[in-house]
Amino acid sequence: MTTEELKALKSDKVIDARGTACPGPLLAAKKGVADLQPGQIMEILSSDKGTTNDIPRWCRKMEYEYFGCIDEDGIYRLFLKK
Amino acid sequence: MATELEDQVNLLEKQLKSLQGKQPKDQLSIIVFSGDLDKVLASMIIATGARAMDMEVKMFFTFWGTTMLRDKNKSPKGKDFMSKMFGFMLPKGSSKLKLSKLNMCGMGTEMLKGLMKKKNVASLEEMIATAAELGVEICICQMSMDLMGFKKEEMMDYPNLKYVGVGTYLSDAEESKIQLFI
Repeated sequence: MTTEELKALKSDKVIDARGTACPGPLLAAKKGVADLQPGQIMEILSSDKGTTNDIPRWCRKMEYEYFGCIDEDGIYRLFLKK
Repeated sequence: MATELEDQVNLLEKQLKSLQGKQPKDQLSIIVFSGDLDKVLASMIIATGARAMDMEVKMFFTFWGTTMLRDKNKSPKGKDFMSKMFGFMLPKGSSKLKLSKLNMCGMGTEMLKGLMKKKNVASLEEMIATAAELGVEICICQMSMDLMGFKKEEMMDYPNLKYVGVGTYLSDAEESKIQLFI
């Protein structure tokens, strides 16, 4: 997805993992996705660059749909669908 | 001819079933042999990360690794001289572990802990609490406990802490997709 398409997405839930280091964002994502309904969209906020590689792989493993990431001055917004 | 085919199908089905039974599970097993802070930290990060990936995680603490699981507030009675000596010389719990490099009489370790705090890396104690919450299974090598004279009464409170031998590790490792020795 392009940045514009990502920005237009309506997230059902936003997980703020800014400020935490590995594996913080991953654990926060795992926690956040628990009460998400299949088909709902979740956004993860992270300031850890490694998250941009970790979350797509995590999505592949968990069989969630990964949409992409927006980089806003070192804050990464990642989107996925359960 | 027909019965021959049937026999062959039956045989294949049986073989397939036994093969499926031998497939490794979505499981990670880690031997934590080291009692160095940096190495133990790495093992806890991998363990909690794997739980986030929905893998079963089994950690086996042996030799120097067992020192991480001691509780600094517990002092069991009735130890013999050698056990007391060992207990005194070895780190008493996660907060007393040292770096494997650049320890510099403890200065390096304190500096790293300060840096971790500054950079929002979870402390070892926080990671152990997270591991417990996520259901990371911890087993302790009984032989190491006996050798170093540690008693169960001085080990930390962790859900379902088990005391096991090499057989338990091997049977779990055999079923695991990933095996690590740290």
